[in-house]
Amino acid sequence: MSVSRRIFIRDGVATVTLGLAAPSFLSAIAQAQGLPNRRLVVVYLGGGNDSLNTLIGYRDPAYYSRRPSIAVPAGQVLQVGTDASGQTLGLHPRLAGLANIFNEGRLALVQRTGYPNSSRSHFEASDVWGTANPQMVTGSGWLGRYLDTLPRPLDALTAWNTTGDTPRALVSGTSGVPAIQNSTTYTYASPNRGAAALQERAAAQTMAGNAAASRPHLAYVNSTTRGAIETLDRVAQAQAYTPTVVYPNNGFAQSLRTVAGAIVKGIGSRVYWVQTGGYDTHAGQGGGGAGAYGNLMGTLGDGVGAFYSDIRNQGLAADTTIVVFSEFSRRISENGSAGTDHGAAGVMMVLGGSVRGGLYGTAPQLSPGNPTLENNSGDIRYETDFRSVYARLLDQWFGVNSVPILNGDFRAGAPAIF
Amino acid sequence: MAQLNPDIDHLLRRAGFGASAADAATFRDMSTSAAVAHLVEYEGRPDDVDARIGRPDHVLVTTKDAFTPDIDIDDARQRWLFRMIHTRRPLQEKMALFWHNHFATAYSKLAADAGTLQGAKMLAHKPGVLRGPQGQIELFRQYALGNFRNLLLEVAKDPAMLVWLDGQSNTKAKPQENFGREIMELFTVGVGYYTEPDVYAAARVFTGWNLRPSANYTNDDYGDMNAYQEFVYNADEHESSAKTFSFPIYSNGSRTIPERSVSQGMQDGIDLINALATHPETARRLARKFWNFFVSEIHAPDPLFVEQAAAVYLQNGTEIRPVVRYVLTSPWFINPSMRYARYAWPVEYVTRAIKEVGWQNLSLDRVRSPLANMGQLLFEPPNVAGWHLGANWFSTGTMLARMNFAATLASSQKEHLAASLAEEGGTSQGLMTAMLERVTTAPLDSAPQQALMTYLLAGGSWTGNTEQLNTRASGLARLLVGCSEYQLI
Repeated sequence: MSVSRRIFIRDGVATVTLGLAAPSFLSAIAQAQGLPNRRLVVVYLGGGNDSLNTLIGYRDPAYYSRRPSIAVPAGQVLQVGTDASGQTLGLHPRLAGLANIFNEGRLALVQRTGYPNSSRSHFEASDVWGTANPQMVTGSGWLGRYLDTLPRPLDALTAWNTTGDTPRALVSGTSGVPAIQNSTTYTYASPNRGAAALQERAAAQTMAGNAAASRPHLAYVNSTTRGAIETLDRVAQAQAYTPTVVYPNNGFAQSLRTVAGAIVKGIGSRVYWVQTGGYDTHAGQGGGGAGAYGNLMGTLGDGVGAFYSDIRNQGLAADTTIVVFSEFSRRISENGSAGTDHGAAGVMMVLGGSVRGGLYGTAPQLSPGNPTLENNSGDIRYETDFRSVYARLLDQWFGVNSVPILNGDFRAGAPAIF
Repeated sequence: MAQLNPDIDHLLRRAGFGASAADAATFRDMSTSAAVAHLVEYEGRPDDVDARIGRPDHVLVTTKDAFTPDIDIDDARQRWLFRMIHTRRPLQEKMALFWHNHFATAYSKLAADAGTLQGAKMLAHKPGVLRGPQGQIELFRQYALGNFRNLLLEVAKDPAMLVWLDGQSNTKAKPQENFGREIMELFTVGVGYYTEPDVYAAARVFTGWNLRPSANYTNDDYGDMNAYQEFVYNADEHESSAKTFSFPIYSNGSRTIPERSVSQGMQDGIDLINALATHPETARRLARKFWNFFVSEIHAPDPLFVEQAAAVYLQNGTEIRPVVRYVLTSPWFINPSMRYARYAWPVEYVTRAIKEVGWQNLSLDRVRSPLANMGQLLFEPPNVAGWHLGANWFSTGTMLARMNFAATLASSQKEHLAASLAEEGGTSQGLMTAMLERVTTAPLDSAPQQALMTYLLAGGSWTGNTEQLNTRASGLARLLVGCSEYQLI
């Protein structure tokens, strides 16, 4: 190891960044391996997104009667047309960034996605979306299993997780995923400077290189240290990116900015994981398109809108797909706290320069007794299995066989988003 | 410290936050059973730790103006870390941390609902100066080893919980399911032992368990610090019809809470809490959580342990103290193979490192960002299920944050380390031995040991002069505190 040595001081602690002797850019490896340079950015809305207020059936009288204080007025929605069942729909007024992409024909809205007997537990449901198996809430995730299919050696940045925890979807048997929650602090620090700092870093790397074969738990922690040291320099490069647009100043948008940096700098990651929370809106959701839920939509629409514009400006949109989902949707009727409790099927969004945009599936009809509903008409019944969307992403976008990764054939019902 | 009996070292890592030099003096001549009693019967130790904030020979706290831990969340965080480091009752703080994770409540939602002042006060208010009910963390201290059924009842009435899981707006017209679900899914029996209709019934049970503001209460960030919200049973908002569950509520096997007059309706919640607290699956679930917390995260809970701990819990009327005493004296806990078989939570890692390496001129304010980067900001669990424990603490980013905290700590203690190790530092081997006694890691294989010695000697032949000691003692402390073997407790 060696090459570029940059040392600077932060908080009285010297921060050392070292270049890697190893090859580095996955895009080079990928080209050598003959793989297309496509990437998927996963955006997870944590807490259970109220899809009825995301994509709004604003001509359904039951929408207003069942949500007297939180419904979005018809005059405010951003119209997106009529779906196959004849329902006229509009996006939440704070989703202008997404409405623009829809109007360009690059945003697919897949309605009533879910699975049979939808779990109403956050933790179980988010694990189900991760494993892609409603009967299995532990073990590897669907994207982890995709990573396991890629040729070895696997670059340490083949996937890039912008959160502190590894989400279930990225859990894998053999492919570690770095967690880069804050790329500005993703640097190596030492109490000393100069040669002593470099010697210390070398010692840390040697220590973490200990196989510790009889102690797998220790070996695991060692692997995270090695992963960090191997990825430091390229993360700093992505962080140094100057975007073509101004990103909003919130954690979600800044994570997307880092992802854009990684894409533009050619780091070569195939899967990025970004998330934003606060969707568990049991109370005080807000009315008139404003309030807490309006702010959530603003964060989502402005962040994704900025990211998509940036990537398009860089000429990289055609190789980038973004998928947006949440672990479940919410009850149709509002509760006594002007919020909504845990529900069932929701809306998935897929967007990108190669996506065939439009309205997929059919909207729920909210009057009690309608077959698009379940749980005594309290919740939305699923129409499209979420795994069929995964299947389409795996088969058509990544060009791998979805059947072994999803442990089943979900290709038949997949919306034709590519 | 490594010079203690290894059983007591193990005990202090698990039932406390490790051992400073002063702690080592306290425990040096104790038998293991005396040490367990010392920790478990903590009422015999003075609760004087808060009064020592700001005193010499203690870690520092720093704040912008006045230190107001009852109403400022960052000050409250510093106060709690101070307690973990300097308390004479480490098991009480350890259990407060356990309950904080079990009943995980996050400041951010409270502050969004009630303002920053009231949000912090609901979590951290220690009665004495200001008016109003104690904060949630004081409840967890009070019930650290207390009765779980009583704790559960207090939690159901706790203002922070009533905001966090929306009980404050649970009314008969529109029952709120949030608390009703989580009390079963997360606080007691767990997934698989309740049904969706149970959730709806539990929501109705707790209708009218609301909050009442005091005079001058506002959700203004700069409001009256003596104002508060308190629990009220609002009979007018209680839904009084019968509620039927899928599991027995009463000892006669009845699954139905009967219809009652609204004036008696609070009994619905008490009946459900009694049923949940004494449910055999609650006993087993707590037993498994105690296994993971105290015994091991690397070995799956032994079924015999789970049955025995659950039986101790139920036979003692849901008292926690006998259960924890059972755990700490059980053959599994004292088995040497369980040492270093648990992943340190970030706050455990940070407080132990400070206790072992030193705290001279170190302020706890400098620990906040590192802890956030490691994934554990106190009073800010990621969601109601608490933090993702075990191996989930570790990823490249969070491990880097741990390593970088080790650098910050070692840097701050550079002169302190050099001065306190001057004698042993006369030889490189002496320095190494002294440092390994002070900073206790899981066993180091020969390769990492060699790497440490290579580092010590990399600057040229060892003379033990001040400059060499300054550099290499701090570098060694950074390597030890930042290594994987130190992340296990």
